Order: sequence, then structure tokens, then C-alpha cells
Amino acid sequence: MEFLNYFGAVFEPVAFGLLLIGTIGGLILGATPGLSPTMAVALLIPFTFHLAPVQGLILLGAAYTSTVAGGAVSAILLKIPGAPANIATTLDGHTMAQKGEGARALQLSFLASAVGGVIGVLLLIFLTPYLAQWALAFGPSHLFWLAILGVTVIGSLDSASVVKGLLSGCIGLWLATIGFDDIMGAQRFIFHPALGGGINIIAALIGLFAIPQVITMFAKGRRPDETEVIAVQKHSIMAAVREIIRRPRALSIGTITGAIIGLIPGVGGQIAGLVAYDQAKKFSPERAKFGKGHSEGVIAAESANNAMVGPSLVPLLTLSIPGSPTAAVLLGGLLIHGIFPGTDLFDNHPDVAWTFINSMLIGQVLMCIFGLYVASLAARVAQVPQYVMAAIVLGLAVFGSYSIQSSMGDVYVMAALGIMMYFLERFGFSAAPLVLGLILGPIAEANFIQGSMIAEATTGMGSYFFGGTMNIALIAIVIASIAYSVWMELRSRRYISKEEIYG
Amino acid sequence: MKKLIAGVALALTTLTGGAALAEYPERPIMMMVSYGAGGATDFQARIVTMTAGNEDALGMPIAILNKPGAGGRVGWNWFATQAEADGYTLGAYNIPHFIAQSVKGGVSYSADSFEPIANWGADPAVFVVAADSPMNSMDDVVNYAKENPGKLTFSGAGLFVGHHIAALQLEKAAGVKMAYIPTKGGGAAAMKAVIAGEVMGGVNNLSDAYRAEQAGNIKILGVFDLERSSFLPDVPTLKEQGYDIDDASVNFRGVMVPKGTPQEVIDVLAAKVPEMFRNDAVAKKMEAGGSPMHIMTRDEVKKMWEARETTLKDLLAGL
Repeated sequence: MEFLNYFGAVFEPVAFGLLLIGTIGGLILGATPGLSPTMAVALLIPFTFHLAPVQGLILLGAAYTSTVAGGAVSAILLKIPGAPANIATTLDGHTMAQKGEGARALQLSFLASAVGGVIGVLLLIFLTPYLAQWALAFGPSHLFWLAILGVTVIGSLDSASVVKGLLSGCIGLWLATIGFDDIMGAQRFIFHPALGGGINIIAALIGLFAIPQVITMFAKGRRPDETEVIAVQKHSIMAAVREIIRRPRALSIGTITGAIIGLIPGVGGQIAGLVAYDQAKKFSPERAKFGKGHSEGVIAAESANNAMVGPSLVPLLTLSIPGSPTAAVLLGGLLIHGIFPGTDLFDNHPDVAWTFINSMLIGQVLMCIFGLYVASLAARVAQVPQYVMAAIVLGLAVFGSYSIQSSMGDVYVMAALGIMMYFLERFGFSAAPLVLGLILGPIAEANFIQGSMIAEATTGMGSYFFGGTMNIALIAIVIASIAYSVWMELRSRRYISKEEIYG
Repeated sequence: MKKLIAGVALALTTLTGGAALAEYPERPIMMMVSYGAGGATDFQARIVTMTAGNEDALGMPIAILNKPGAGGRVGWNWFATQAEADGYTLGAYNIPHFIAQSVKGGVSYSADSFEPIANWGADPAVFVVAADSPMNSMDDVVNYAKENPGKLTFSGAGLFVGHHIAALQLEKAAGVKMAYIPTKGGGAAAMKAVIAGEVMGGVNNLSDAYRAEQAGNIKILGVFDLERSSFLPDVPTLKEQGYDIDDASVNFRGVMVPKGTPQEVIDVLAAKVPEMFRNDAVAKKMEAGGSPMHIMTRDEVKKMWEARETTLKDLLAGL
């Protein structure tokens, strides 16, 4: 309960002002395509040079929490996920916005983010010592199996058929091999200098999600009779609160999955949203509605990606090991003030540590309040005529992908992948499994290579990858996941054939 | 009259021309860092350039541009082939990384593609083991490796970086075969492997190891440098422990410009940048972050680059 003593510091005028700036600024940065939470925090680091350590960290902590949630805004309204964490939000969120339910989708996403986020930070406060051990328990072999588990999700994610889902996953896995191999330094498929660093995940996200949509909008032309103006429905905040309460399953699946995945160093928030979405779909009796603007999809995805924020800092705060790129940037922010995360932080600078954590807690609430306030206004974006919208989204896509590292190479990558995705979508492939392949490929590969090097020097491949309780448990889940997909595929085929018979 | 006008015009051009040169820099400068935001190189680059805008330094701020990927290859490839050589694009170098990569091949740069300006830091590699490891000195490590050839696993931040060079030097000097496990994700991932017990030991940055030791997670058994570090006065160097290992793996960080940058600009930078590094505020922030400083002038860095290239060509010849 030590953290309660440090709540006062959060509400000091300067600190609270910074918290507000961090939260509102974070929401805006998060809603800007191309600005991931990692970049937003990195951009703010120079401002903390001149602040006291506590104040600097409040700014960074608030920005981290609200950029993650802010990413949902562009995911829902523009179908551009601000960061990998928001991919799953586009699946149902954008469909809802197209139906004129943008306000409802945004309100639900901010409420779910706040619930997930607060629980995540509470886990960080109360369970840090136990969670630290858990974070360390994942070695290369476990991370490899975890990535494989992610691959099995690919088939059932947002696709008309398992085969097409797996195929687009494979395209993603292939794209992930482009560039210098990180461990050996070998060059693979570098046919243009812009590809030397591999395909930037943010550029790929923007291209794969935004560009097909832009082309579709342009293809519709600008004849006034064809541009449908969507009636944006008003949605009261109370109704959204009631809906969240009525969906405890999606909310708890999202929060728990997000918290667990957030803990694992190296996997982090990138896949938390997608895995939670997939799990919520599998456990839901209304699973057929997923992908067609179902509120459970938004709730699960957004509660997961904010629940991951707190636990993702556990390895950093206890062991001084940054578990995610954003945590690495935060480490830099701490070191500049001469504060070493680890036991030193909680023993010698409890004021800094607890004020930082408390500010994230308050930040979640503030983020929710501001988010709900802007939700109904922001939802009006859907009323913009489509041909205008197409131009705006295209502009944002180019700006966003250029701003990642001030490089035209990323813009070319974005455009090329986007045009490719437009044609793939016409054949029934979808972007989400492709991106998942792109994210999981490097994780699986690096851990396999590293694990096999350790295995060859020690116990041998067989016992290293297949021995031990955790490996066996993970393999069992992988098999169960594959079996489930196969079963579902067979069952749906039977229904189709029945319909054909009676139809 | 014509002569007069021509004379005035000539005088004006020389005047403005001369003034432009004398006034370098007249707009903000960009510095490319070939590692991601938050990494040790990025973090230090931001600190040492924070006073650039002061009148006694360059008088213009320096903005950091991250071009991460493939252990720095992406950024340095860009710097060698695409960066403008006008003095407004600086780059951060890491020795021995970029020289080792160019010796190994497959990149479009070598030590001749760049002009050094000044060095700001030197982060030696250290050998670490988990806090509960039975090994307490480098002799314990080497003896284990002798009894179990190729079975002692130890982590480091990739191939052809300082950690890998240190690992090669250790194997060569002790005459043993060990299993070097390169990790993806830099020194942090390599350190996590040691703390979590995935590997038996590891080579890591002194600055990161110092923090991890303070937190009680690891033991530091030796420093891969010529002298002991002021951060770790009790840890002996590898040389003191009887292994013939020099400072070839020490991670030197500094500023460079692309080849072809005007000599006048190089001279201005070479004179002012080391002074900028000597700022007290910079030293305080670096000290607080556990980052050892080591300021060297352009001439000293030139010699160091040449010496490294010879050593590394020799060391990497067999790979």
C-alpha cells in the first residue's frame, strides 16, 4: 500500500499540468498515423532534460498510456492502426464507424482501454515481485513456441477461409525475411536500398490497411448520387458504460490476455490485441458477428492493448531489462536523471518510482475522460465525402510513413504493399493475418536460431525444444489451437453443404 | 564604370562567400544514429549534443535522426551512400562495429567512407555471470571451457559488434572453444539471457553491467580493456588475469561526417565538437547514466580507426 502515500505528488500543480499535457498530447500523437507509442515517448525525452526526474517521468508515463489508447482513434475512424497494438481494433471498430456507429465504437474503446489499463497498472503495483520471475521464465524455446502459437491464430483471424488466412500469413512471414538478418547479418531479398533494414512494421501497417481503402474510395468516383453520406448516430456515454458492463467476457479475456502477453519480454504489446481478439471470438457464442462491427471485438482488443502497458514495465522496473522498445526509451529517460531501474529505484527513489506508477493510473482515467469527450465529435469524420476522405487518408499515409525515420524508402514500401494488398483483398485475403506473419516471423526465427545454438552447445535440440513443463504446455496449446481451427472449418463446411442440399 | 561595377560585384561575392564559410553552421544540424531511440548510443548522442546550440559550442542545435536496423548497417549504408556531405549531416560511429562489418563485407562502407570528427565515449565490454553462478573469476570460466569444450554458452549483442570481438579475443587468448550466442535486441536481450539463466555467462557493456550488478542480478568477472574502469575499481582487467587481450573490443562512440565534406567545415567541427563534449553539464548527465566518457580529437580518432582496422582484419581473418 506504499503507493498510496505518493498520490499527493501527482496532484501538485506542475505535475498535474504535465500529466494533462502528456495525456492530451499523447492522445493526439497516438491518433496520428505513423506515430507509434515508442516514437511519441522518444520525441518527448528531450523535454524531460530540464524537468525534475519525477516530473519528467509523469510526462513520459502519461504519454505512453494515452498514445496506446489514441491509436484506436485512427484505427476506428480511418482504418489506419496507429501501432501494431491497434490492428485488431480496426477489424470491428472501422466496420462500426462505417455503419455510423463511430461514436459508440470510440466510447467503448476508451472505456475498455481504461478498465484494462487500470487493472494492468494495479498488477504492476501489487504483483511486481512475482511477475518479474514470470517474465524471466520465457527462454528462447518458449518464445519460439509462443510465436508458433501466434501463427496458428493466423488461420482463424478475419478471413473467409482458413486456407486464405494461412496463405496471407505466409506472405507476411516471407516479407519478414527481407533485409539484413539480425543475428548473422546475411542479406536477404534486398533488391532496393530502401529494404536494407527490412520492412518497417509501421510503414507496412499504414500501407496494408489504408491504401486498399483509398483505392476503393477513389474507384467509386465522385458522382454525388453515389457518395453515400453516413448518418452518424449519437450515442450516450451511459449507454456505452452499460454495454461494457454487459460484456464482461470480452473485457476479462482482453484484460487477462493483454496482461499476460505484456509481461513477456520481446513479444510485448504488438500481438496482445490480436491474440485477445482471437480468443474473445473463439469463446463468444456470437462469433459469427465478429468482423462485421461487433462491439466485443473492439472491447477485447482495446482492453488488451492497454492492459499490457503496466505489466510491460515489470522487467524494466525490477530487473532493469527493457521488455519492449517503448520500455527501452523510458529506460533512457530514467538514466538521464541518474536513476537506475531495479531494486535501487524502489529502495532509494520510492518517490520517483511510485509517483511514476501513480501517474499512469491517474493518466488512464484522464485519458478515458478526454477520449469520451472527443468521441462524438471525432465520429463525425465518417460524414466527410468519400473522395475527400480518400485524399486525406492518402496524405496522412504518406506523411505517417515518411515521419517514421525521415526516409522516402518507407513511403515506397508503404505504397507497394498497399497496392499489393488492394489486389489481394479482391481475392478474399485480408491484411490482419499478413501483418501477424510479419510480426511473428522475426520473433520465431531469432528465437529458433538462438535456441538451436544454445541447444547444440548443451543438451541437444530434442530436449531443448521439447523438454520441460513449459515447452510441453505451450506445444499442447498449439495443438489444441490447430485442432480447434480444423474442427471449426469442418463444421462450417458441413453447414454450407447442408444449405446447399436444402437450399 | 563597368570595371567599377564588376569590381564591386566581385568584392561582394568574395565577401558573402567568405562570410558563409566563416558562419558555418548557419542552420540546425542533423546527426544520424544507426541504432534505435532509447539504445545506449542514441541516449548518449542526445546527451553529448544537448549543448550544441550554446554560443561557445556550435551555436546551432543538433537534431538526432534514428536509422536503426541490422546492427547499424542500415544507418551507415545510408550515411555512406546517401547523406549529403555539406556539414549539416553528421553521423554517430561505433567502433569496432562498423569497421568489423566492413571487414566482413556485404556493406557499402569502410573506414575510408567517413571522416572522423571527435570521440565522446568508450564503453568497454565486460564478462558477466548470473549472481548465483559458481564461477567467480575468469580462470573459473576458462577452466570450465577447457573441461567442456564448446559447451560454455555465453551471450552477446550480435555478430561483428564489440561483444563478439571480445568473445573471439577471449577464445584466442585462452586457447579454448566456447559457444557464443548472439542475441537479437542488443545488450539488453543478452543481459536478460544471463539473468534468466538461459546461458552460463555473457559479454556485455560496462555501463549496463554496472547497473545490473548494482541491482544484485549479476557478477562482473573481468573488463576487456587496458585499464580498470573508474566505475568498477575492484574488477580486474582480462590482462591482469593473465589473458593477452587489448582494448580492441571497447565500444568507442563519436561523431563523423561523410567523405567529401569541405575541409573548412571539418576543421570547424574538429575544433568545436571536442570542446562541446567537455561541457560540465554533459559530463554530469553522462556520469549519472553510468556512461564512461572518453574525449578524443580528430587526429587521435584517425589513429585509433587505423589501429582497429589492422587488429580486426587479423582477428576476423579466420571467420
